Amino acid sequence: MNTSDTSLAVEKVGKKYGTFAALSDVSFSARRGEFLSILGPSGCGKTTLLRLIAGLESHSEGRVIIDGRDVSGSPVSKRNVGIVFQSYALFPNLSARNNIAYGLKSRGASREEIVARVDELLDLVGMRGMGRKYPAQLSGGQQQRVALARSLAVSPGLLLLDEPLSALDAKVRLLLRGEIRQLQKRLGITTVMVTHDQEEALTMADRILVIEKGRLVQDGTPHDIYDRPATPFVASFIGAMNFIPDAVKVHDGVYGLGGHHVQVGMENGSAALPPGSRVTIAIRPEDVLIGRELGSANIVPTTVSAMEYRGAQFRLSLVVHSGERSGLRLDADVAAEKVRRLQIRPEMDLPVHLPFNRLRVYGAGEAHA
Amino acid sequence: MPEGGLATEAATASARARVDDGFWARVDGERWIKRLLIVALCLWLGVVLVLPVLQLLVKSLADDQGGFVGLTHYVKYFNSPNLFVSLRNSLVVAVLTTLLSVGLGFGYAYALARTTIFGRGLLKGVAMMPLFAPTLLNGIALIYLFGRKGLVTTGLFGLLPGVDIGVYGPVGIVIAETLYAFPQAVLILVIALKMTDARLYEAAQSLGASPLRIFFTVTLPGVRFGLMSAVFVCFILSFTDFGAPKVVGGNYSVLATDIYKQVIGQQNFSMGAVVSVVLLIPALLAFIADRLVQRRQVASFAARSVPLIPRPNPRRDVFFAFYCWLVGGAIVIFYLTALFASLVKVWPYQLELGLWHYHFSGTGGGGYSAFFNSLRMSAYSALWGTAITFLAAYLIEKTRQLHGLRQLAYFLSLAPLALPGMVIGLAYIFFFNARGWEIAGVFVANPFNWLYSTMAILVLCNIVHFFSVSFLTATTALKQMDREFETVSASMGVPFTKTFVRVTVPVCLPAILEIGMYYFVNSMATVSAVIFLYSADLPLASVAVANMDDAGDTAYACAMSMLIVAANILVRLMYGASTAGIRRRSQAWLTR
Repeated sequence: MNTSDTSLAVEKVGKKYGTFAALSDVSFSARRGEFLSILGPSGCGKTTLLRLIAGLESHSEGRVIIDGRDVSGSPVSKRNVGIVFQSYALFPNLSARNNIAYGLKSRGASREEIVARVDELLDLVGMRGMGRKYPAQLSGGQQQRVALARSLAVSPGLLLLDEPLSALDAKVRLLLRGEIRQLQKRLGITTVMVTHDQEEALTMADRILVIEKGRLVQDGTPHDIYDRPATPFVASFIGAMNFIPDAVKVHDGVYGLGGHHVQVGMENGSAALPPGSRVTIAIRPEDVLIGRELGSANIVPTTVSAMEYRGAQFRLSLVVHSGERSGLRLDADVAAEKVRRLQIRPEMDLPVHLPFNRLRVYGAGEAHA
Repeated sequence: MPEGGLATEAATASARARVDDGFWARVDGERWIKRLLIVALCLWLGVVLVLPVLQLLVKSLADDQGGFVGLTHYVKYFNSPNLFVSLRNSLVVAVLTTLLSVGLGFGYAYALARTTIFGRGLLKGVAMMPLFAPTLLNGIALIYLFGRKGLVTTGLFGLLPGVDIGVYGPVGIVIAETLYAFPQAVLILVIALKMTDARLYEAAQSLGASPLRIFFTVTLPGVRFGLMSAVFVCFILSFTDFGAPKVVGGNYSVLATDIYKQVIGQQNFSMGAVVSVVLLIPALLAFIADRLVQRRQVASFAARSVPLIPRPNPRRDVFFAFYCWLVGGAIVIFYLTALFASLVKVWPYQLELGLWHYHFSGTGGGGYSAFFNSLRMSAYSALWGTAITFLAAYLIEKTRQLHGLRQLAYFLSLAPLALPGMVIGLAYIFFFNARGWEIAGVFVANPFNWLYSTMAILVLCNIVHFFSVSFLTATTALKQMDREFETVSASMGVPFTKTFVRVTVPVCLPAILEIGMYYFVNSMATVSAVIFLYSADLPLASVAVANMDDAGDTAYACAMSMLIVAANILVRLMYGASTAGIRRRSQAWLTR
């Protein structure tokens, strides 16, 4: 793992507070220039993980390796990392320029070098000409740009972002998302960002690490995470997901579901289960298809019980017609245009198609959130 | 080509980091410096606080030769009717004072925080007046108003029928202590009344509740923690004060004056120690109760509340204006009487005004050298006290090393709140005057003995006496700073000392100046602790007030008090001007 291409390696790291395990057995690595996002609900240990990497907390087990150097026992000052916090943490009594120059001054750089470097950084984050302002005179987005410039000033080998956009307005957040990503690509700096915002993680990161209760539950590209969520938790945390409990495995690839048989493509490990096992079948609402272009297999008759208007689309609540048991429900996201075209109304019967390669199967033991 | 430049720098930086590998990359000098400072802080608190108090406790269990006698002194104390009466007297005075000062203070604070009456700034300033004066002055002013030849007793020197309220004794003590505790009650209650959520009132009004019902269901529950805190603080202040009972107590003895009589009058140090412990226990209980209440208050106050902006209400405002100007006017008249008395040639016979009593010749106490000593002592206390307090608060609040020791230091930093000045003073004599201790049969000489009867011990005593409030001020200011400042600096490789100087201190400067002023003003006015510690070649102004009053030179005592008040007001004005200056200069980074 310690190739020169690996910028950061976290090996079997754990952290305990008394008897409470905030993190256990977390391992992953980042290639040089990669953008990783650590995603999870609040209190899952994601910030602790970032602070362990930064050296702000000491871990109880495992190793942290930055640029091939084991920094497990080193303090933050010796890890050569740049950190940006949700609160910006800009020094209120120093101008933007002096904030950015803060770390440079103690490195023995000459005055001219510092001036040149600060100008360069202000340009880089799109803050040219704003250097004389104090943090309180800047907007939230501008403050976060200064904080970013400040963390980059000392040329860190690793950039750590702790929920950098959470304190900002929705619009500024979208704008900065793109800008940070572009900047990161241009500089080729390895970056780890903690966030609880799935959309942020999906749009910015090369790879996403999903943390649940102190454990790394999935490590993959945004596509992997969204299309092939490893557990019901990941599936429900990122995007919306229909869970159909108490389905029964008939044989490999075929499952019984409320009196209907459906074919499932990706088995997600359930191939190992013997026929007759109880499983949970999952499908995302946007994958529940309606209309005539459906195939012939996996058609399930339903009735529309409620419709929720969401602008570009509707969310339909469907009740599956079922011989054995009633009350099996499905949500479907359908484009508003299609709802108009097909004149879908509450109480009408509506057959839906569950594409066999969009269904997921989870063993009954994996309770979902 | 900014990107190219950054990329190369990033590469060299990581190369440099790799060269850094090895032992020194792991050693964190800063952590060790912080650890060392925390240990030093704990040791310092141990020497100036824990050991003296322990010494006092030991003294109360030993005879004058140092032999252990167990609870003999305590048994004697509780069997001695005279001494036991003092305990009862102290409790009576403290309870009455607490009721009066919190009651009067609540109305006053309510007017300041919840009404739109005219001149609230001035009224608040007037209410704070007693903070600048030694409590001895409250007693002296009372004597000039209600004493045998007082303005009220003689009916403005015979112009009107006079009234004698029998000021010498409990009546006088309670009035003087109420005056003393009043500003503290107002300060606490104003904050409590301002920390409220306007939405609660809007909700109550929308539900059709009457103003009276709103007061009992919203206002009072909202300030209950503030009220309790005010009760405990006023109780401690009045229970332990020495100055006022010394002047107007007459034959009505209280614990604080008993300690003085036992130690200075009868040289009975052991009994002095016993009375100190008896004085300490109720104060300690009130302190613990107050801390418990404060903790609940922090937990119950939501961060996102909408501040309540008072709106005019003519009937209510007229009532409160009348009330406040009455109370405020009484305070002003009180101190104006003292000023007048200090300028009158011979009260009440020759009412010519002049600086007759400001030359201090022909009276004891030390005159102007005492005054200048007090100024010097207060300046040192302000300087060193502020530095030590702020550093202590910084170490406890902003470092992450040695959690257990920091907890201990935090607890010890609050402990002086429970320590009456008399107790600190007596503990200091016992501890610093001791030549050494027999520990396990070995004689250990006292390494701090040289401090005895120096300026240093007076300053140290003041620092400890007024430590807690200053410490809390510093802690509050530090808590308002982003927790990540230190982290960010460390990640950039900037030493914490530099961040302390360049960011922490400038941002906290208003709080630092406030602490400095607090130390100065209190060091000027205090008498209870230093009265045991001053030496003949280092007389102090506040002690001179006590001694001159004792000797019957009341006018001189009054004049000296006026000098103390004047110095304090001057320092307060300087503080106001300098904070205004800072606010102007730092407007750019303070305005949001």
